[in-house]
Amino acid sequence: MVRIGMVYSRARVEEKMLLDSAHQQGIELVPVQDDQLILDLDPGALPYDAVLERSVSYTRSLYILRFCRAHGIPAINPYEVAATCGDKTETSLRLRQAGVPTPRTKVAFEPEAALTALDQLGYPAVIKPTLGSWARMVARVDTRREAEQILEHREQLPNPIQQVYYLQEYVEKTGADGLHRDLRAFVVGDQTIAAIWRNSPHWITNTARGAKASVCPVTPELNELCLKAAKAVGGGVLALDLMETPQGLTVHEINHTMEFRNSVAPTGVDIPGLILQHAVREAKQ
Amino acid sequence: MSQTLQQTTTQATPNEALECPECAAALPIRPTLAGELVDCKGCSAELEVVSLQPLLVQLAPTIQEDWGE
Repeated sequence: MVRIGMVYSRARVEEKMLLDSAHQQGIELVPVQDDQLILDLDPGALPYDAVLERSVSYTRSLYILRFCRAHGIPAINPYEVAATCGDKTETSLRLRQAGVPTPRTKVAFEPEAALTALDQLGYPAVIKPTLGSWARMVARVDTRREAEQILEHREQLPNPIQQVYYLQEYVEKTGADGLHRDLRAFVVGDQTIAAIWRNSPHWITNTARGAKASVCPVTPELNELCLKAAKAVGGGVLALDLMETPQGLTVHEINHTMEFRNSVAPTGVDIPGLILQHAVREAKQ
Repeated sequence: MSQTLQQTTTQATPNEALECPECAAALPIRPTLAGELVDCKGCSAELEVVSLQPLLVQLAPTIQEDWGE
C-alpha cells in the first residue's frame, strides 16, 4: 500500500475531510504539520510515496515542494505548478501562451506607469497583488482618482512584491437577479470533476468572503476549456476561477491548494476522495 | 520558545483542564490533530492547537500575507 504524506499548516475542514476519506478508502494518509518539519538535503525527511501539499503558506509550500522535487517524491501539486499558480502574473502568461481566454492584464512597477496602464485598460479596472489569495487587497477602481489612492497606499507597504501592480480589466458579471456570479471548476488529472457558481451581492465572489455556492453543470465546453487551462499551468489538482462574458468563458485564476468545503454538498461530488485517488495514481509504486 | 509564545500559550496534562490563554476559561476540547482551530466559549478568541503531547494551545496567528489556496 502506498504511503502518502499530507503536509498541512492548519487542520481545516478540508484536511479533516481528506483524512476521513482516506480512512474510508483504506489509503494511508499521514498528517504532517509544516510547523514541525525539518527538511534535509539528504532524503529521508519525507518518507512517503507521494506528498499531498496542503500548506496554507505559499512560501512554505514552495520550499517543501523544492525538497520533494529534489528527492524524487511525487507531489500534488509539483513545484512548477505551485510556482505558476501562486503568481497571478505567471498564470496569466501561461494562459495567454496556451490560447486560453483570460482578461486583458498589464503589470507595472511604479504608480505613474500603473496609472497609464489603467488608462489603457479603461475603467472600471481591478488592481490585484500578483501574489496573494482569498481576494485580499484586490481593489476595483472606477476612476483614475480611486486608482491613485489605492496605489498610494500600496506604495507604503513594506514588501516589495506589493509594488508589482497586476492590473486587469474589470469583467462585469452581474446576472439578471442583480447578484454577481462567477464559476469555480475543479480539475483532477484529466477530468473536470465538478463546478459551482458563486453568487454574491458583492463583486468579489469568493466563498471565503461569503458567496453562496450552487451547482454548475460541467458541459463539454466547460470541461474542454478547464482541461486546456489546467494543462497550461502544468496540470494536477486545481481549482479554476472563470467568468462568463458575452464572448464566452474567460479564466482569470487557478488555485493549486484548493479549498472545497463549500462545493462537496452542492455538487454531490466526492472531491476529497477523487484527490486522494489521484495522489495514489501519482505515487511511487 | 519565544517570550511571546510563552505568554500566549497554555498547557495541560491529561489529568488537567486546559485553559484559554486569553481569558482562562476552561477549554473542554479533545483535539486529534495539531493545527486544529478552536473557539473559546468564554472570550471568542480563536485558538490553535500547537501540540497534542503535551496538549498546548495558543492564540491563532492572524492571516499572513502569503496565505491562501
